[in-house]
Amino acid sequence: MSQTIIWTIVILTVLGLLLSLVLYLVAQRFKVVEDPRIDEVEKVMPGANCGGCGFAGCRAFAEAAVRAPNLDNNYCPVGGNEVMGKVAAILGYEVKAKAPEVAVVRCNGTCSVRPRTSNYDGYPSCKVKAALYTGDTGCSFGCLGCGDCVEACQFGAISMNPETGLPVVDEAKCTACGACSRACPKGLIEIRPKGPRGMRVWVSCRNQDKGPAAKKACASACIGCGICAKTCTHDAIVVENNIAYIDPAKCKLCRECEAMCPTGAIHGINFPKPLDKEGIKARVQERQKKAREAAAAAAAKPSEETNEKEDK
Amino acid sequence: MDKLTVSPSPHIHAKVSTRSLMTDVVIALLPAVICSVVFYGWKELLILAVSVASCVLIEYVITRYMLKKPSTVGDMSAVVTGILLALNVPYTTPWWVVFIGAVFAVAVAKMTFGGLGQNIFNPAIAGRVFLLVSFPTVMTHWEQPQALFGVDAVTGPTPLGAIKEGLLNKVPVPDIMASKGYSYADMLFANLGGSAGEVCALALLAGFIYLCCRRVIKPWITLSIFVTVALTSLIFWGINPARFTGPLFNLLTGGLILGACFMATDYVTSPMSTWGGVIFGAGIGFLTVMIRYFGAYPEGVSFAILIMNAFVPLINMGFKQKKFGRA
Amino acid sequence: MAKRTFSIGGVHPHDSKISRSCAIEPLAIPQTVYISVAQHIGAPAKPVVAVGDKVKVGEVLAEPGGFVSAFIHSSVSGTVKSIAPRADLAGNPQMTIEIAVEGDEWAEGIDTSDTLVTEIPEDGKQILEKIRLGGVVGLGGATFPTHVKLSPPPGSKCEMLIINGCECEPYLTSDFRTLLEKGEQVVVGAALIKQVLGGVPCTIGIEENKPEAIAHINEVIEKLKKVSPKYEGISVLSLKKRYPQGGEKQLIDAVMHRQVPSGGLPISVGAVVQNVATALAVYDAVQKNKPIVDNSVTVTGECFPAQANLLVRVGTPLRFIIDSLGGVPENAVKIISGGPMMGKAVANLDAATLKGTSALLFLTAEQTARKAPSACIRCGRCAEACPMGLEPFLLNRLWKAGDNEKLEANAVADCIECGCCLYSCPANIPLLDMIRMAKADVMKIIRARAAAAKAAAEATKK
Repeated sequence: MSQTIIWTIVILTVLGLLLSLVLYLVAQRFKVVEDPRIDEVEKVMPGANCGGCGFAGCRAFAEAAVRAPNLDNNYCPVGGNEVMGKVAAILGYEVKAKAPEVAVVRCNGTCSVRPRTSNYDGYPSCKVKAALYTGDTGCSFGCLGCGDCVEACQFGAISMNPETGLPVVDEAKCTACGACSRACPKGLIEIRPKGPRGMRVWVSCRNQDKGPAAKKACASACIGCGICAKTCTHDAIVVENNIAYIDPAKCKLCRECEAMCPTGAIHGINFPKPLDKEGIKARVQERQKKAREAAAAAAAKPSEETNEKEDK
Repeated sequence: MDKLTVSPSPHIHAKVSTRSLMTDVVIALLPAVICSVVFYGWKELLILAVSVASCVLIEYVITRYMLKKPSTVGDMSAVVTGILLALNVPYTTPWWVVFIGAVFAVAVAKMTFGGLGQNIFNPAIAGRVFLLVSFPTVMTHWEQPQALFGVDAVTGPTPLGAIKEGLLNKVPVPDIMASKGYSYADMLFANLGGSAGEVCALALLAGFIYLCCRRVIKPWITLSIFVTVALTSLIFWGINPARFTGPLFNLLTGGLILGACFMATDYVTSPMSTWGGVIFGAGIGFLTVMIRYFGAYPEGVSFAILIMNAFVPLINMGFKQKKFGRA
Repeated sequence: MAKRTFSIGGVHPHDSKISRSCAIEPLAIPQTVYISVAQHIGAPAKPVVAVGDKVKVGEVLAEPGGFVSAFIHSSVSGTVKSIAPRADLAGNPQMTIEIAVEGDEWAEGIDTSDTLVTEIPEDGKQILEKIRLGGVVGLGGATFPTHVKLSPPPGSKCEMLIINGCECEPYLTSDFRTLLEKGEQVVVGAALIKQVLGGVPCTIGIEENKPEAIAHINEVIEKLKKVSPKYEGISVLSLKKRYPQGGEKQLIDAVMHRQVPSGGLPISVGAVVQNVATALAVYDAVQKNKPIVDNSVTVTGECFPAQANLLVRVGTPLRFIIDSLGGVPENAVKIISGGPMMGKAVANLDAATLKGTSALLFLTAEQTARKAPSACIRCGRCAEACPMGLEPFLLNRLWKAGDNEKLEANAVADCIECGCCLYSCPANIPLLDMIRMAKADVMKIIRARAAAAKAAAEATKK
C-alpha cells in the first residue's frame, strides 16, 4: 500500500518536472519580444473591447498607441480623459483633453406622430428590415425600431421605449464608443459633445424628403423650412437636403430654434428650466421685425440707387 | 385588409414544426407503449404516466420559474423523453425512482445545457444510465409480469443477463440458450424479459418504419447500427461460438432496437449528414457489441449511444455535405 | 429512366398553379404609366426624353447607362409628364419617367401583326444588335441584360443553350401559358439565340407538371423543323418537379450534369440559360422589331377570386391591375411581386410593374405569417434542403457571432437565396433573413479585397 503511494508521488513529481522543462524550452524558443509598455497601457484601459477607438480591442489600441508618435489619432472614448491621462503618463506623451461626448438619437417619429403603413413580419433586426424595404412607416429615413443599437451597446446604455418605439440613451452609462451609431442602418445615432452640464440642442430628424412629404409621413419631421437657420444668431444651423443640422461647436444653447421649430423636431435636454416657447417666440419675432425695419430703412436710399443703375 | 404585411422571402413555409415532428415520434412509440402495457399491466401504465408527467412538469417549472421564459413544453420533446425513459426501465421500478430519472433526464441532461437543441446527450438515455448506476438492483430486477388480457408471458432473467451469468460460470453460449429455451421468434414477437420497451421488437420496428415513411428521420443511423452489430458479432461468433453470442441474438435482444430506432436517431444528439450518421451508427454498433462481450454490464446500447453522443460535434465537423460547384 | 433533376437539396412545395387554365389576356392601358429607368441589373438607363415630349409605343425613353445596362422603351403613347424619383414597391426612390397616356399609337417599323416569322437571319451579330436595341433583359427574375449574356467573354465556348421553362415557383403560370399560347414564337426565339451562339444544341427544360406544354412544344418543334434546318437540334427535356429547378445553376446541373463552379458563370461549363419569356422577347425584338413594352403577369392566390394571366404594359401601377380584377381581397394580408419562394413583398401599391414582374400573388395571414421561432433542434433539414450544399444552421450561428472569415470559408457567398432553408425549418428560425445579411457582408469584403488586389496589381505595373 505504502509502496503504491510512494511510487505515485515519484512518478507525478518526475512527470511534473519533465513537463515544466518542456514548457520552459518551448516558451524560450517561441518567445515574442514585445514592448512592455503595451501591457502597461492595456492595464489602464477599460477592457471593454468595444472597438469605439477604431481598433479591434483594448490590446490593439495599446499596441497602436505605443507605436504612434503622439496620441492625436488614438483616443479611448470609453475611458475618456482620465484613462487617456494615464496612457499619456505611461508613454510620456501629451494628451489633448476632449469634451465628453454622448450618443444622440436623431429621430423623434414616435408611434403617435408617425403612423404605420405596413406590418413588418421578418426577423426583428433593423439591418434585415432596412435591406428589405424602407420601413413600416411613410418615413424612409426614420428609426426602424428593431433595436440593433440596443444589441450593439455593450454598456447597457440604450433601451427601446415601448411607448414611442424609439431608442433612449442613458447618459450616465453611455461611453460614446459609437457602436450604436455603426449598428444603425439609417445612420440616426450621432456621437455629439455632451455640452455644458449635459445641456445640448439638436435636430431630432434625418428626413430628407421635401417638406409636404416629410410632414405627411411624420408629424414631427424636420420639413427643411429653414426657420431655425433664420432664427439662429450664431450661424450654427445649416439646412441641406431638406434637413437642418445644428453644429454643436457653434451652438450657444439659446434654444430659440427649438422654440421656433414648427414641427418640434428640435430637441433640447438637461436645461434647468422648461422651454418658455411663447416668450422666446415673441422675443425672436420682435427682433426680426426690428431687423426688417432697419433693413428697409437702410435699403431705402441705396435701393433707389441700384434701381437707377439697373435702368442704365 | 388593413395594412400590407411585408417580410423577406420565402413567403410560405412547409407545414412541419418541432411540435409536429415530436408528435410523430410519440405516434411511432405508441405500438411499443401499447405492447408494454399489454405485457406488464397497470404497473407499466403507472410508470409511463409518472415519467411523462414528471418530464413535462420539470421542464415547465424550469422554463417558467427558473429561466423566466415562455414554457417550451408545447414542442412535445419532454413527452418523447418521458415515454422513452419509461420504456427504458423495468416495470417493477418504484415510481419515485422513475421520478428521479426524469429529473436527471430533463433538469440535468437537457435544461442545464440550454434546453432542446443544446443538449449533448440524449436526455432519456442519460436518465436511464443515471438510474442504472444509481439503482443497479432496481434496474436489473425482473419479475413475472401480471399480464393484461390473459397474454401468457414467460419469466426469467433477461437473455443478455442470463448469457453474462452463464459465461461467468463457464457455461458455453449454446448450452445457456438451450437451457433457457430462447427462440428467435420469441425475441421478435414477445417478451423475454428486460426493460419495458425491450419487449416487442416488431412494435418498435413498426414505429421506426412509420418515422421513415413520414420522413421524420432518415434510416441510415439505425441501419448502420444494425449492420455493424451484425458484422461485429458475426466475426466474434465465427471465431468462438461457445464464448460469443451470434448476430441474430445480438440484434434482437436488449435495448438495441429501441436504442437504434428511437434514441440514436434523436436529432439533437446525432450527426446531421448522412455519412456522419453512418459513422455514428457504426460506432454505436461496435461499442454495443464490445460492452456486451467484454463489459461488466450485460447491456451496452445506452452506454454506446452516450459515448457516441459525445463525438457528434466532431463528426459534424468532419463530415460535411458536398457543396455545389466546389471541389 | 428516372427523370432528370439537380443533384443537391431542393424542396417540394405544393405547386398551387390555380391559374393554369386562364389564357393570357391583354389588360387595358392605364391613364398614366410610370416607367423606371432601373429595370435591369447593372447601371440604370439614362433618360433621353424631356418633360413635355410626345412619345409613341416602342420609342426609346432611356439609353444604356453602361456596359451592363439596357434600353428602356415607352410602353404607351402619350406625353412625358415628369422625370423624377418615385418609390418602388419597397418604397425606395428610383428615377422614373411618368407618361400620361393618349391613345395607343405605335412607333414606325414595329410589326404588330400576328404573323409568325420563322426565317432565322444568318448573321448572329445582327440578331444580337436587335436584341440590344429591343431592351431585352432576362425575364426569369434576375433581369440581366440579354445581349451581355449572349456575348460570351473571349476564350469561353458555349456548348448548349438551355431555355428555362421550369417555372418551379408555386402559383406562377405566365411562362406555362406563354409556352402553350406562344410556343411557336418561343421556339423561334430559341432558334434566334441559338444562331447568336453559333448554332449550339438547345434544350428546353420543362417540369413534368406541365405535360400540355411539353406536348405542345414538341409538336411545334417538329413542325418548324420542316420549315428550316435552323430548327434542328432543339429539343424538349421533361424534368422532375422540384424547387428550385429554375435556378440557373440547378437547371444546368439537371440538364447537363455539370456544376457551375463557385463564383463562376454558366459559360464556364459551356452553358447559356435563357427564360421562356426572354425567348419570346427575343422573337419580338428580332422578328417584329418590337421592344419589351409588355409582359405577362400572373395574378393569383387562393383568396383572390379573379385568377388571371394578363399581358400588362410595362409601368402599369400595381393598384390599377388589382383594381381591374376587383381589388384586394379582404382576407389577404400580403401581396407578393413574383413567386412565394423568392418574390418580393409589396409595401407600396402605387409602385408600377417592371419588365421582370412575373406575378402578383395574394396570400392570407394563415398562409404566410411567420411563426414564432424556437430553438434549433439540429435536425439538419435546412442543410438537406439547400440546393447549394450549404449548412444554413451553421451560417446563421456564424453570422450571430460576427465571424466573417468562417462565413466565407463556409461558402455563404454561394447562397442563391432560394428560401429552401427557411421553408423547411421546423423551428421557424428566420435562417435566410440572416444568411442574406451575412452574404451581403461577406460579398462586400470579397469585393473590397478584389479591388485592393487589382489596385495593387496596377501599382506594380506602373
